[in-house]
Amino acid sequence: MSKNQANRNKSYEKYVNSKVPKPNILKNCLWAFFVGGIICTIGQVVHNLIESIYKYTHLDTSNITTLVMIFLGAFLTGIGVYDIIGKKAGAGSLIPITGFANSIVAPAMEFKREGYVMGVAAKMFSLAGPVLVYGISTSVIIGILYYIF
Amino acid sequence: MAIKKIGSQTIKLFNPPSIISTSTIVGPKEGDGPLSKYFDTILQDDLYGEDSWEKAESKFIEEAVKSALSKVRLNLSDMDYLIGGDLLNQLMSTSFAARSLQIPFFGIYGACSNSTEAMSLAAMLIDGGYADKIATTASSHFSSAERQYRFPLESGNQRPLTSQWTVTGAGTTILSSNGEGPYITHVTTGKVVDFGIKDAANMGAAMAPSAVDTIKTHLNDTGFKPEDYDIIITGDLGILGHEIAMEMLEKEGYNMSNVFKDCGIEIFDNERQDTHCGGSGCASSAVVFSGYLYEQLKAKKINKILLVATGALLSPTSSLQGESIPSIAHAVTIESKLRN
Repeated sequence: MSKNQANRNKSYEKYVNSKVPKPNILKNCLWAFFVGGIICTIGQVVHNLIESIYKYTHLDTSNITTLVMIFLGAFLTGIGVYDIIGKKAGAGSLIPITGFANSIVAPAMEFKREGYVMGVAAKMFSLAGPVLVYGISTSVIIGILYYIF
Repeated sequence: MAIKKIGSQTIKLFNPPSIISTSTIVGPKEGDGPLSKYFDTILQDDLYGEDSWEKAESKFIEEAVKSALSKVRLNLSDMDYLIGGDLLNQLMSTSFAARSLQIPFFGIYGACSNSTEAMSLAAMLIDGGYADKIATTASSHFSSAERQYRFPLESGNQRPLTSQWTVTGAGTTILSSNGEGPYITHVTTGKVVDFGIKDAANMGAAMAPSAVDTIKTHLNDTGFKPEDYDIIITGDLGILGHEIAMEMLEKEGYNMSNVFKDCGIEIFDNERQDTHCGGSGCASSAVVFSGYLYEQLKAKKINKILLVATGALLSPTSSLQGESIPSIAHAVTIESKLRN
């Protein structure tokens, strides 16, 4: 690329950035805060119910709550509701574990037509895969650091 | 010698082919938009009774070609060529439609510029004496495009404000060496233009410079002025891209204010239908021309238009490899009657 082109591209980028519509950050944050909060509150209610009814240990209860929340995320994805929530809530429904369930179930549903092996199974982790790889890697690194210090 | 070529990139057709028929088929969202009364078929089910989005899109093309032919009582066997393209890998929907249509087939890829690319090539083939009747098609499907270029449909993510909504539908035109118009009189073939935009969710900004380049070249080559046209309409620049293209052209001294429009803006009611920056996809220019504009030309409510379909030539691979978005725009002049 010549210097002229590079300059032209640079000034065009600046011009475009000045015209790009800006998202309403406050409104988006409020949506994310409240929807994320509701999801977490539901999680807490499930946790308390399981703990008081079935008398599991605290750790077991956490694991079961996680399972329930994953089921809810997957179920709402399956009936076509989670994408509508996600459109409004953004990170509010993306970050909780229900969002993680959504990122696995959505491609699994989408690629069912390509078969259960190369479609569902192969594409299932196309969105969640990077989260798993870097999530697990980070936890291993932090574990090592914790062990040393 | 290229006796029909004028200027640097334009062809003036000696025997302008006539667009004798068109047909359109669109999905429910497009059917709910402001141009709904101009479409031939509005589907309630965007799977069209098929079991995949790609097959549905293929059926759009098949049915649109058949319907355009039946309007002028022609058969598939009367067609010399089928020229068309879509957005999918290996032109899946067009190739599979061509498998059942059984017309000699040229598959083309110019992304969303397919509609005018097909019309350009068809017009030149007919003017050159290589064919009498040609069908052109361009199609796209929101759901088949999403799964190839973006995210699974049920994924709970937010679309950026600059993104556009892929039009679900197919538009077809039937070109003939004789007929009563509207006629394709000029063809300006675009060059690939790239101003370095890398954001695949902002294709309007990526494509605007290519539309500007082709429109400027067309006006220089032909000597036409913007006011010679009733409408100069781009394919799918969307709200942001249209604004940018307009400003760029006005900066160059062209007064576009009364004539410049965009199919991607016309097809949806953006406020109500929540598309963000308007429509996109091959079907955007194809159905807006074959539906709305063709009818206006036929009724002589407008007499001369420049249709400039714009294509962003990115691929999912090129985006991942950090490449910018190359773009192209092809223009055709369509006139309701011939003047000497």
